[in-house]
Amino acid sequence: MKSSMTTKPGGTLEAGLPRPMHRRNFLRYAGVSVLGTGLLAAACTKDDPNPLTYGETVNLGSGDIGILNYAYALEQLEAAFYIQVIQTQYSGITAAETALLTDIRDHEVAHREFFKAALGISAIGGLTPDFSKINFSSRESVLATAKTFEDLGVSAYNGAGRYLTSADYLTIAGKIVSVEARHAAYIRNLISNGSFANSEVVDANGLDVVRTPTEVIILAQPFVRNTIDATNLPIA
Amino acid sequence: MNLNQLFSQIEQADPEIHDRLDTRRSAMRQFANLGKKLAATAIPVALGAMFKKAYGQAPAGLLEVLNFALTLEYLEAEFYTTALAKTGLIPAGAALGAIQTISTHETQHVAFLRTAITGAGATPVAKPKFDFSGGSGSGTGPFANVFNSYELFLAVAQTLEDTGVRAYKGQAPNLLRTGDVLTAALRIHSVEARHASQIRQMRRAANFSTTIKPWITLNNTEINPDNAVIQAVYNGENNPTQAGLDLRAYRALDNAAVTFVTATEAFDEPLTRAEVLAIAGPFIAR
Repeated sequence: MKSSMTTKPGGTLEAGLPRPMHRRNFLRYAGVSVLGTGLLAAACTKDDPNPLTYGETVNLGSGDIGILNYAYALEQLEAAFYIQVIQTQYSGITAAETALLTDIRDHEVAHREFFKAALGISAIGGLTPDFSKINFSSRESVLATAKTFEDLGVSAYNGAGRYLTSADYLTIAGKIVSVEARHAAYIRNLISNGSFANSEVVDANGLDVVRTPTEVIILAQPFVRNTIDATNLPIA
Repeated sequence: MNLNQLFSQIEQADPEIHDRLDTRRSAMRQFANLGKKLAATAIPVALGAMFKKAYGQAPAGLLEVLNFALTLEYLEAEFYTTALAKTGLIPAGAALGAIQTISTHETQHVAFLRTAITGAGATPVAKPKFDFSGGSGSGTGPFANVFNSYELFLAVAQTLEDTGVRAYKGQAPNLLRTGDVLTAALRIHSVEARHASQIRQMRRAANFSTTIKPWITLNNTEINPDNAVIQAVYNGENNPTQAGLDLRAYRALDNAAVTFVTATEAFDEPLTRAEVLAIAGPFIAR
């Protein structure tokens, strides 16, 4: 169900541009980085979007902005998860695991901060995670959740690329998804050595897992107290 | 065989590809969800059929991207097939199992791309003759011992996988708004990244590097001794700026800034075709 009280809808950057000229072409013409304009826009407003209230519906918006907010939402979840993993480390964690899980935390935080800055005033607010089903003291529970998040992230970026109209956004998504795949292969091996790219995620053509935004949000929703509204995404 | 000649046309990508795709979006849309309804083995055939429907034949620029990818997959597939045929090179057990998994995927990628290109009414580029010593056909390049030394084998595997990730990433913009074609390329891209992570984990486990991680730090090769060929695979990875935003400007945890190391690890960087060809060139016999 769509809410009329959703947060900042996407598409803000597109407003005001003459219709015949694609935004991407316009920005190329103007010699401005597409994402950089988000930062410029953000500079005109306050530094931080308001954190969302518990249970509030989050509308990701439309167009490329909607897809970027979709990625931003997933990165928020991943970052929050690994922050908690490092704060309350599971029993039996090794030094190597601590080091590399800390790295992953830092990567996800960097992804989150990047999207927040790039989206500027078009960014959704801060989601409220729901990690109540995760036992952070249990290696099994933490790594199983990490595997879910990483494979979900890979499948989400793989599935969303086709909806982007900006080559610049597509390149950014590509730069991030391969790092998520590197994480996924590491986490999977921690659970079961050799499962880095097994048949759960790679099919008989050698192609990795892919999901539509709708499929991803169904799987991500249990980890978020807010309701994620993806109905305006450009999913044909 | 002259690689540069082979790809001379690739350098002149069709500038109107996106416009032409846009005008035929109805045909694209018609096939948009075909992949879900088909058996996995039928997907590349369907991709080829989609090209034919939309254009009579796939656009030249798109075919060039696919043939470029196919050449890289030939390289990777033959590399692992050769290594697996060499008894005793790869330790039995987990290591052998992992390389077999990777080898299977690369062979699947070759078949997938060949079928897609053929289905589009075009002829897949022929498999070049490879020289895994990196000697351009002399057999006496810097990696001449690659199938006799497990350490050297893994080092070359790492460079091939990390190059593959960067190569697909660099081609993604050329596949913008091509629907299933882009999705397929992205799905191969992330499999290559899983492989790269795996090989790096194996090198760490075997103590061939005590500092290597599953991801790329700065522009470090983590290979000792390295050389200009290896370093070229990692040049440009030490980039802290994305879309004009320097990540180090952002406060992350405990009000500390994102570090340079984190900024470079969190984003993998693309390579252009010319850069990839310069790296792959020594592995192809002239």
